[in-house]
Amino acid sequence: MNLKRTPKRSSKGKPEGRSKRGKLATLEKAPSGIAGFDQVTGGGLPRGRATLICGGPGCGKTLLGAEFLVRGALTYGEPGVLIPFEETEAELTTNVASLGFNLGELIERKLLVIDYIKIDRNEIEETGEYDLDGLFVRLGHAIDSIGAKRVVLDSLEAIFGGFANQALLRSEISRLFRWLKDRRLTVVVTGEKGEGELTRYGLEEYVSDCVINLDNRISDQVTTRRMRIVKYRGSAHGSNEYPFLIDEHGISVLPVTELGLDYPASMERVPTGVAALDDMLEGGGYFRGSNVLISGTAGTGKTSLAAMFANACCRRKERVLYFALEESIGQLSRNMRSIGLDLDGWQQKNLLMIQAARPTLFGLEMHLVAMHKAVNQFEPRAVVIDPVSSFLASAPSHDIKSMLVRLFDYLKMKGITCLVTSLTSSGGEEDSTVGISSLIDTWLQVRDIEILGERTRGLYLVKSRGMGHSNQVREFLITAHGLDLLPVAVGPDGVLTGSARLNLEADNRAKAEARLNAAERTKRLLARRKQIVSGQIAALRAELATEQEALRSQVWEEQQRDRALRDRKELQDRVRGAARRSA
Amino acid sequence: MSPLALKKKAVKPGREAAPKAALKGKRPEEYLLRLYVAGHTPRSVQAFENLTRICEEHLAGRYRIEIIDLLENPSLARGDQILALPSVVRQLPPPVKKIIGDFSQAERVLVGLHLRSLKAKASK
Repeated sequence: MNLKRTPKRSSKGKPEGRSKRGKLATLEKAPSGIAGFDQVTGGGLPRGRATLICGGPGCGKTLLGAEFLVRGALTYGEPGVLIPFEETEAELTTNVASLGFNLGELIERKLLVIDYIKIDRNEIEETGEYDLDGLFVRLGHAIDSIGAKRVVLDSLEAIFGGFANQALLRSEISRLFRWLKDRRLTVVVTGEKGEGELTRYGLEEYVSDCVINLDNRISDQVTTRRMRIVKYRGSAHGSNEYPFLIDEHGISVLPVTELGLDYPASMERVPTGVAALDDMLEGGGYFRGSNVLISGTAGTGKTSLAAMFANACCRRKERVLYFALEESIGQLSRNMRSIGLDLDGWQQKNLLMIQAARPTLFGLEMHLVAMHKAVNQFEPRAVVIDPVSSFLASAPSHDIKSMLVRLFDYLKMKGITCLVTSLTSSGGEEDSTVGISSLIDTWLQVRDIEILGERTRGLYLVKSRGMGHSNQVREFLITAHGLDLLPVAVGPDGVLTGSARLNLEADNRAKAEARLNAAERTKRLLARRKQIVSGQIAALRAELATEQEALRSQVWEEQQRDRALRDRKELQDRVRGAARRSA
Repeated sequence: MSPLALKKKAVKPGREAAPKAALKGKRPEEYLLRLYVAGHTPRSVQAFENLTRICEEHLAGRYRIEIIDLLENPSLARGDQILALPSVVRQLPPPVKKIIGDFSQAERVLVGLHLRSLKAKASK
C-alpha cells in the first residue's frame, strides 16, 4: 500500500481512452440487471469505473446500490462488497428484505460482503498526521475475501463528517477512487443531494465517469420517483427523466418515452363477450391489439361490459390483466357475480389478474410504470383499465393523455388488446373526458335513455376503425346471465326502450292480431259467398236439368207422335193399298 | 509474525499501583491501548514511539499497548471501526476512545486519553 498523494482534480480526464480489445474500444459495461435500467444506460454502469448516484433523502440511492450488487451476484456471477456508512449490516439486511433480497444468504454463499463503517466524530481525537489506510485495508480485505467485482459505498459522504482535516480527506478520497479503478472494480458511490449542487460535499469531483441523479418529486400531493443520467462518459444514454418504481421485486425503470408508431396491425378479431355486440362489429368483435373505449355516464354498465370482455377472453384461455381504479378486487368480483360472471374462478386459474389501486396512490408516471411492469410479468393478451377518467383526480388531462398514448403504444407493440372505460359527465355528449378519443380504435358509447319516466340504457358505436359496423342504437340490458343487446325498436317517437319498447311491442302485437282477424273474416266471408254461389250454381244446374228433362220428354213425345202418325199412315196405306188391289 | 507475538512483545508489564491514587482511596485505572498500524512504515514507528513516550510520562506502570498490524490481520480493522491510520483505541478504562494521527501533538493525545484532567489533579 503505497501512499502517494495527488491533487484532487488530477483524476479527472485521465483514464478515458483505455482500450483493451483492439479495434474501436467501446466502453465495457457492467449490467445492473435492474429492469429497464440497462436499457436506459445502454447496457449498465461503466465497468471498472465509478458511478455516482445522487439524490435527496429517500429517493432510493441505497436500494439502487444494493440491487446492483444483488443482481450482479445472482445474475452475472459478480460478487460484491457493500460498505454502508449509515446503516448497520442488520438494518440494511432488513431494509432490503422488503425488496425480496436475502442478503444473509448471499453473504453465506460468499457472493456479498457487508462491512458497516461507523463514523462518529465524538469518539475520535486527531493528533497529527494520518491517512485513511484503514479504510483501504478494510475495503481491500472485503474485496479479496470473495473476489468482488462490484463495490458500493453508501454513502461515502458520511466520511466528511468524521474527520476535521478536509484537505487530507479530499486527497484520500481521490486516492481511493484511483485505487478502486486500478483494481478494475465497478463502483457505485451514493451521495446526498446538496444545495444547488449534485452532492453536498462535491463527490462529483471524484466520480467523473457516470453520474445518475435520482429524484422524488411531489406534485399535487403525489410523489413520482424519477431517474436521470446526468452524464455518462464514453457512452450514449437516454437523456430523459425516467420514472422508476420501487416495489417488492426491486427497482424498475421504464424507458417509456422510447416508443414509436411502428407496431403491426392484426386482422384477428377478439370477441367482445356480448354476442349481439359482436354482430354490430361485423360479427367478429374488436381487432386484436386495438384499443377500445367504453364511455358513458354513471351506472350505464361500462364495468359490466369490460368484465364481459374479460370473461370472454378468460374463457378462451387468454390472460387478462384488469386494473380496477375505483373498486377493490372483492367488490368487483361480487358485483360481477350479479351478472353471472365468476371472476374469482378466473383468478384462481391464473387467467385473470386484477390490480386494484387508487389513482391518487401515486403519480401517473408511476401508474404507467406499474402497469408496464404488471404487463411484462403477467403477459396478458388483453388489458382492461376501469376507468381511465379517474386519473383526472390526480393529474391534468393532457398529462393523462400523454401517459395513455405511451401505454397504448406499448400495448399495441405487444399486440395486447386494451379496453378502457371512461366516465363522461351527465348529458352523455360524445366526450371522452380525457381527450383520448383520437387514440381510440373502437369507441362504444353507453348512455341513459329516459322515456316515460324510466331510465334505460342504450349502446352505440361511435366509431370502429377498419371495419364496417352497425350504426344503430341498441338497447342494452344487464341481466343475471350477463349482458344482452336488443334489436332496436323504432316507434313514431324515435328509438324506444324499456317499457316504451314493451308498449310499442304490445301495440304492434294488437295491431297484428287485428289485421289477422280482419283477414280471417274476409276469408270466412269469401267462403260463405262461395258457398252461396255454388248453391246458386247447383240450383241453376238443377233448373237446367229440369228444363232439359222437360225438353227431352217433349222431344220424345213428339217422336212418339211422329211414329204413331207414321204407323197409322202405313196402316192406312196398307189398308188402302189392299183395297186398291182388291178394287 | 502472528498478532499474538506482536502483542506479547508490545505489552509493557504494569508496575504496582501508584501511591497517589491509593491515597485517594481509588484503585488506579489500568490503561489498555490498542495501536493500529499498516505495515512497518516510518509513520507507524513514529506513532508507536510518540505514544510510548506519552504513556511513560503520564501513565507509567499502568498501561499496556497492543500493536495490531492491519496488513497482517486486515479483518481486525472491523471490530474497532478503524478507518484512519495510525489509530489508538483506548479499550480500558471505558468509555472507548479513539485517537488518530502520529501522536505528535501530545496535548491532544492527553485530551483523547482523558488524561488531561488527571494530570491537573495530580499536580495540585
